[in-house]
Amino acid sequence: MSVETATKRSGGTAAAGERPGHGRPAGRDHAAWFLVLPALIPILILSVGPLLYGILLAFTDAQSGRTQATRWVGTLNFQDLLHDSLFWESFRIGLLWAVGVTVPQFLLALGLALLLNQNLRFRWLARALAIIPWAMPEVVVGIMWRLVYNPDAGILNETLRDMGLGDGRDWLTGLATALPAVILVGIWAGMPQTTVALLAGLQNTPHELHEAAALDGAGAWRRFRTVTWPALKPVALAITALNFIWNFNSFALVYVLTNGGPGGRTRLPMLFAYEEAFRYGQFGYAAAMGCVMVAVISVLLALYLVGRLKGDQDR
Amino acid sequence: MSTLRTSRSARVGQYLALLAYLVFLAFPFLWLISTAFKPAPELGSLHPTWIPRDPTLANFRQAFDEQPLLQAAGNSLLAALSAALIAVLIATPMAYVMARHRGRLSTAATGWVVISQAFPFVLVIIPLFLVLKNLHLINSLFGLVMVYVVWSLPFALWMLVGYVRAVPAELEEAAAVDGAGRLRTLVSVTAPLLAPGIVATALFAFITAWNEFFFALVLLKTPEKQTLPVVLTHFLGAEGVADLGPLAAAAFLATIPSLVIFAIIQKRITGGMLAGAVKS
Repeated sequence: MSVETATKRSGGTAAAGERPGHGRPAGRDHAAWFLVLPALIPILILSVGPLLYGILLAFTDAQSGRTQATRWVGTLNFQDLLHDSLFWESFRIGLLWAVGVTVPQFLLALGLALLLNQNLRFRWLARALAIIPWAMPEVVVGIMWRLVYNPDAGILNETLRDMGLGDGRDWLTGLATALPAVILVGIWAGMPQTTVALLAGLQNTPHELHEAAALDGAGAWRRFRTVTWPALKPVALAITALNFIWNFNSFALVYVLTNGGPGGRTRLPMLFAYEEAFRYGQFGYAAAMGCVMVAVISVLLALYLVGRLKGDQDR
Repeated sequence: MSTLRTSRSARVGQYLALLAYLVFLAFPFLWLISTAFKPAPELGSLHPTWIPRDPTLANFRQAFDEQPLLQAAGNSLLAALSAALIAVLIATPMAYVMARHRGRLSTAATGWVVISQAFPFVLVIIPLFLVLKNLHLINSLFGLVMVYVVWSLPFALWMLVGYVRAVPAELEEAAAVDGAGRLRTLVSVTAPLLAPGIVATALFAFITAWNEFFFALVLLKTPEKQTLPVVLTHFLGAEGVADLGPLAAAAFLATIPSLVIFAIIQKRITGGMLAGAVKS
């Protein structure tokens, strides 16, 4: 998806105009509807419908297993939410987590993509290994890292003991270490997608420009700044924006690693809303949380993208 | 970049960096495998080793005894297979339209593909839960399959649109000039060229469904219906006290299908992303 959005932004306008011969009206359109319908109906029933329904629910007092009819309550849920300090604490943790994962993930993936774009031996091995976290079920990723972090039988503490750095600790239950430990797992798990997207972007950068710059005596850093980065930037923007959304909405990893503990230190908004909805049955209230999450994230992303694009024009 | 000269020290640095990446990416998985083959006393000892001192298969046996893994794997297989097949069956025609027609329909579909990446599942899962409850599809694999189909559509569409664009429209026009009807053209010209892409998309949809956790957790209530990822979390126990050996063994087994399929289609997935990127 990322790459598509990226290319749309950079080259989409040119492509839109050059389609002669297509879009013969009437007859073709009926055929098009016929082809689209089998996918469209499930999308409407199970994606678009629920989304709109979810927004409506946020304005009701819907609860699970209640016999009374659900009533409209206007913005009551949102007013409650405004004063729900637990939710905002969870929201703050969610933002910390999303930024803490997305930024290092991007930098690490960029480094790896640049390496994989070089003519190195064992590149095939690295490419194959880089995909592993992508292929694994998130639940397994969580379980795997619990084994790594395990205070006694885990490899992390054993390595620390071997290096004489003390006895290590119980990373996932420590108040100070739980969030960083979980963030590291998030970085690990999301690296493949980011690397693949960036690699695709790199392979689109003009090769000749690179050589020309090298002939002019530009060092590696300058070549990166002046040739690689401008070509890569749309992809980089798109993938970081998407990663941010995905990370903010992530659930399974942290559910398995800490289930929000210790003391709510890793309770991401998704975990919070899940508990509110399916443990306490507060459907309306949880839907309101979902709405707030979407709204805040949309605003943040808009600011980020506009800021980046503006920065482009100023230069 | 390969033609540029790189100094020897830079090369060494690159290999060291690559090595660091390899270690970082691989070690958790190696540790999982190592733990899966360790006997219980070794897991309780304070100085674990990379290679089990006394490798055993007992963990695997115990894992199957403790949880209904086979049934869960069967459920996962059924759900993932059906979801993958239905997804490509309905996504391919739609992708064809999105790739070949530039109408409001295609724009709306593309818009949905992009937006559906952004909304948090929690906003969708509550109404989805209520809708499925009204249809009596809670705790039913069929309900889960329908959710998986819709949920895997954005990426399936995205991949398939790229593959359709890679088939030159001129080929279809030539067939039309030769007097082939529209359906005939699609079946005998376009479909064979698309087949590898359709297979790759189906396999990807399969993995997505096989790995999925959140929807399965919410929608499946009884153990005999639950899929593998949900059953895996039962090993974790109430207060996070887990029996590490069987946990690792079961987790390792659950990963194998995804890894095998991913190894097969790895090139196609990266290629698919590239295809969409180059031909805008």
